[in-house]
Amino acid sequence: MSNQLEPIKDPGLPAHVHRKTDTDPKAADRAERQVATMFGISALGTVLLIVSYVFVPDDLFIFIPIMGSQNAHQLGLGLGMAISLFFIGLGAIHWAKTLMPDQEVVMQRHEFRSPEEDRKAFVDTVKEGAASSGLGRRSLIKRSLGAALGLSALSPILLLRDLGPLPGPEQKMTNWKSGTYLVTDPGNRRIKASDLEVGSVAQVMPEFANPEERHLDDIAKDALLLIRLRPVEFNLEPDRLAMTHEGIIAFSKICSHMGCAVALYEQTTKHLLCPCHQSTFDVTRAAKVIFGPAARPLPQLDITVDGEGYLIARKPFSEPVGPSFWGREK
Amino acid sequence: MTVEAKLGQVANYVDERTGAAAFLKKSLRKVFPDHWSFLLGEVALYSFVILLLSGTFLTFWFDPSMREVVYEGAYQPLEGVKMSAAYASALDISFEVRGGLLMRQIHHWAALIFMAAIVAHLLRVFFTGAFRKPREGNWIIGVGLLTLGIVEGFLGYSLPDDLLSGTGIRIAEAIIQAIPVVGSYLSYFAFGGVFPGELFIPRIYIVHVLLLPGAFLALITVHLMLVWYQKHTQYPGPGRTEKNVVGYPLMPMYMAKAGGFFFIVFGVTAFLAAVASINPIWLYGPYTPAQISAGSQPDWYMGWLDGLVRMAPPIETYFFGYTVSWNILIPGLIVPGILFTGMALYPFIESWITGDKREHHLLDRPRNAPNRTALGAMSLTFMMVTLINGGNDLIATHFDLSINQIMWGTRFGVFILPPLAFIITKRLCLSLQRADRELVLHGRETGRLLRMPSGEFVEVHEPISPEKAFVLTSHEQLPALELPAVDARGVKRAGALKNKLRARLSNANAVAIPKVSTEDLKEIESH
Repeated sequence: MSNQLEPIKDPGLPAHVHRKTDTDPKAADRAERQVATMFGISALGTVLLIVSYVFVPDDLFIFIPIMGSQNAHQLGLGLGMAISLFFIGLGAIHWAKTLMPDQEVVMQRHEFRSPEEDRKAFVDTVKEGAASSGLGRRSLIKRSLGAALGLSALSPILLLRDLGPLPGPEQKMTNWKSGTYLVTDPGNRRIKASDLEVGSVAQVMPEFANPEERHLDDIAKDALLLIRLRPVEFNLEPDRLAMTHEGIIAFSKICSHMGCAVALYEQTTKHLLCPCHQSTFDVTRAAKVIFGPAARPLPQLDITVDGEGYLIARKPFSEPVGPSFWGREK
Repeated sequence: MTVEAKLGQVANYVDERTGAAAFLKKSLRKVFPDHWSFLLGEVALYSFVILLLSGTFLTFWFDPSMREVVYEGAYQPLEGVKMSAAYASALDISFEVRGGLLMRQIHHWAALIFMAAIVAHLLRVFFTGAFRKPREGNWIIGVGLLTLGIVEGFLGYSLPDDLLSGTGIRIAEAIIQAIPVVGSYLSYFAFGGVFPGELFIPRIYIVHVLLLPGAFLALITVHLMLVWYQKHTQYPGPGRTEKNVVGYPLMPMYMAKAGGFFFIVFGVTAFLAAVASINPIWLYGPYTPAQISAGSQPDWYMGWLDGLVRMAPPIETYFFGYTVSWNILIPGLIVPGILFTGMALYPFIESWITGDKREHHLLDRPRNAPNRTALGAMSLTFMMVTLINGGNDLIATHFDLSINQIMWGTRFGVFILPPLAFIITKRLCLSLQRADRELVLHGRETGRLLRMPSGEFVEVHEPISPEKAFVLTSHEQLPALELPAVDARGVKRAGALKNKLRARLSNANAVAIPKVSTEDLKEIESH
């Protein structure tokens, strides 16, 4: 190749330059003392670590400029460990750089490709081995072996079957039934419409006979947001408006995008914002997505009051809450 | 007896029982080239060792169970709060085990450094062309290690079962669910039923402490054995050729330096853990699906993925009653899948374009491979844009911007900026090549001005050293492949489209400022 022609000849490795420590024994002794000093500092670091572990109480706070109030026990342990390790390394490298021979060495490389005859012999051996096994000729063996190996791979997959149950109806259901009371979270108290001021927002849960039995699995789909607006502020279809009660509207708190808690409510704009991926929902328009990656509004729960004025769910959610999945609409 | 004599006896003892003298003698004299950029991979390796050590410490106290307990530990604000045993034990490690918080912070800092070092090492290998034959296999192992690192890190910060980590798991579950047809099944198998269930902490624990570290150990071992066997690459320079390797012998120089460097990495990690708080789980509280803290952020190496998910357009399609969440699938699985597959296959793609099937042990200066360098800059820009969007909420509050502006900026930016980075980088590389050429032909500008008898001012140029001139001219400039659409007998070749694409790529790849040739030098001399 024409490019192989080098216009400027390789001047070869530069001559080795001696360091001061190579020629001056005093400099070498000084370097030795420097290395030993670093190892000595490392030992002091270990002492600091031991002292901090044994003698410094773990609730002692000290003031350190810039860093502010710091836990002395924690800081002593950490700094002691850092010093003891760092200075071992620094000493070793200083030792290598000043006192160990620094003459560069040249080692030859060899092409990985073997000589032609070896390669040919190798290929022949492989071919011969394959031929003598009869794999090419005896297609019955080849095919049945392939089938058996393929089938045997099924057993580990099958054996992992009991990792979990198959998805059932619970995937699409929540604990909200018609007539379920809305209760405060925390507190588990029933709520009256008057408990909620206009402009306020509250997280509620369905009432459980025994609140102790409410697990994370339930919270993960039942969490509900109540928001109270002035009824004139709504911009809803009549059927959606009928699902509200005196300006109180209820949405699933689980984001329809990836299931985070839609926890931020902006009172002035009446927007709900999910802190994970910034999907933004307009409360006045039935949680319509106005920004971000969510594709669906938050499911709205149909609420009303019982005879005593306590808020209840009129119907369960009409769609699954939370992130989408393949069979969601089925 | 002197140290030398004792070590000699040890060597004798070993050889009499293994007969390994010939191998070990050669190995101890093995030469490693010296360059700061070769330390990046070492940082990753040492961080891995630190992770194993600190992680083992944490397992002595960590209880990977989702059993509900009532906290009665040393941290007052959470007194009496119901939480999982995993979270409670993580609090105990932080507050009641002496040195426990330090170890937790070392573990987390080391994980961040591990990932940063892997990425930096990958960039070094990419931009210098160290992945070329015979090292394609090791490149693929490296991409595998990067992928495992991302998963391992994610599982690691999910284990304490605090509010932030539980939210991350919830998002992972949404991604699993979004897989068409089998998503719900996979999610039910992974979580043992509906989310969150009571199984995922013990399950991800065993993956985090046994399965993945085992895979890491195996892959790292092969990675290093290949480096050892194939010998390290080296930068071009006087006396350095494709046929040799120049550097320091393993014993003692390299051993002392590398060994010392391990302690330095460990020391720096311990220092960070001592002075800089990381992942203060006690502030987040236990996980509950109904709560979240504003400004939720994953660890940095997941940030680009989070940013992609955030910028995805809100598209879901429904056909025959089935839902496909493109807003999750594209950023969560399809784009990362394409990126990582492309990255793993890159050595083969490049050699297909250049037609270069030879071994390479001398590294490229990035400017001499303008297309590769531009492609790298393009990928980095893509990652940076998505990473910025991953922190859009924090950027918005810190710099007084609106989230909507950043989101729209990055939605367009992710398409516009990477190609722009490609073009700019390629131009820069070519300009640098031109500067190299000038330097060789006309020497270095000295800054001294001379006034000629005619009154004209000229700057005095000084020839550069032969060593430098050699570095600037020793690289190869491959011509474009010749792939005519018809063969010698005028018959159209098979795969015309493929050939056309290859020819175009090869032409683009061969664009270069011609390096100084012997003729150029002769011409200069005759002036």
